[in-house]
Amino acid sequence: MPTVTFGNRSCELAQGETVLDGLLRHDIPAVHACKTGSCGSCMLRAVSGQVPEVSQIGLKDAWRARGYFLPCVCRPTEDIEIGETAGDIRVAARIASLVPLSGNVLQVRLVLDGPFEFRAGQYLTLIAGDTLARSYSIASIPSDGPLELHVRRMPNGQMSTWLFDDAHEGDAVRIQGPSGECFYVPGRPDQPLLLVGTGTGLAPLYGIVRDALACGHRGPIHLFHGALRPEGLYLVDELNALAAAHSNFTYTPTTDPIERAVAGSIPKLDGYRAFVCGDPAVVQLLKRKIFLAGAAMREIHADAFLPSAA
Amino acid sequence: MEAAVDAFYRKVLSDDTVAHFFDDVDMDRQRAKQKAFLTMAFGGPHNYSGKDMRTAHARLVVNGLNDAHFDAIVGHLGATLAELGVAPDLIQQVAAIAESTRADVLGR
Repeated sequence: MPTVTFGNRSCELAQGETVLDGLLRHDIPAVHACKTGSCGSCMLRAVSGQVPEVSQIGLKDAWRARGYFLPCVCRPTEDIEIGETAGDIRVAARIASLVPLSGNVLQVRLVLDGPFEFRAGQYLTLIAGDTLARSYSIASIPSDGPLELHVRRMPNGQMSTWLFDDAHEGDAVRIQGPSGECFYVPGRPDQPLLLVGTGTGLAPLYGIVRDALACGHRGPIHLFHGALRPEGLYLVDELNALAAAHSNFTYTPTTDPIERAVAGSIPKLDGYRAFVCGDPAVVQLLKRKIFLAGAAMREIHADAFLPSAA
Repeated sequence: MEAAVDAFYRKVLSDDTVAHFFDDVDMDRQRAKQKAFLTMAFGGPHNYSGKDMRTAHARLVVNGLNDAHFDAIVGHLGATLAELGVAPDLIQQVAAIAESTRADVLGR
């Protein structure tokens, strides 16, 4: 069985075991979250040994070329030595503020120690300590300064529990990213836009709306935010103020099934560009409804929030 | 081609007799497959094999995929092409290529 060497520790992998599981089984600290090769949190760099191609899917070419891979989906066939990673893919940050937006959503603002380029609507991985990582959408736009995240309190969620109960302003964290293809691209400024999200799916949409307006988008922009209960709707005052300031922007908070709220207001979506974010099942349903209402598939941009494995 | 794939896929998803077979599929991936299929049906380059078709539809066959569903899909394909103004003899050719996959799709 192949051996993985990480600093001065090494471990022999069991049959079919991933590099990440091998490291964790030997109590070697390794940042991780989704464990399915999606979030990118666990990325490491192999300095010797060939990693399977499948463990590099989705990584930037420049990272692949330098040996970066995703240990959570890496089942190597030869020995691997893992080198230093942190400096070039992770940016040090500090918590600038923690403000409740509703009973179970916390606004987390971060000030970064280094450069971090992103498009409003993308997501990043927040890393606290040696092993804890979670992905969050970015709710701010680059000109805001601090990065803004909306964190929902998850039952037994390690990161959300820490942020809600124990974290303080000034605490050090790291971020990695950004990732995601769900963002506004300037051009076609008169095209109607539809943005639909549930829960903290509002976060990327809040960024995308403000980005589109900042880019001078002139066409109608409709934002629908759904929640199961009224207290799940947040940023209501801010969004109403934004709608008052921009005649082409309308904001519809709703506790009805979100797809019905959209269909009731805009039955035909031919020619629309759509952005859909939130719970995976809702995202899949909305994509289908929006497509059937006339939007072209390549005009539907979606970001489904993936659950964490641990 | 983009418009044809969207129009075809929209017809399929709007047809209650077959739409449920697509409930659990990722729409972007499915659309890419339909584009590849249309490219093949128009005689373009493709890398479909009979085995791929068989494997991809095996689970659906277990769930009751049959000739009537296959006919419905081919019908939607023909109707889409007709709406887009494709000549009848070309539609015939496309339908014949689709027909050639029937045994593999239905696992026979």
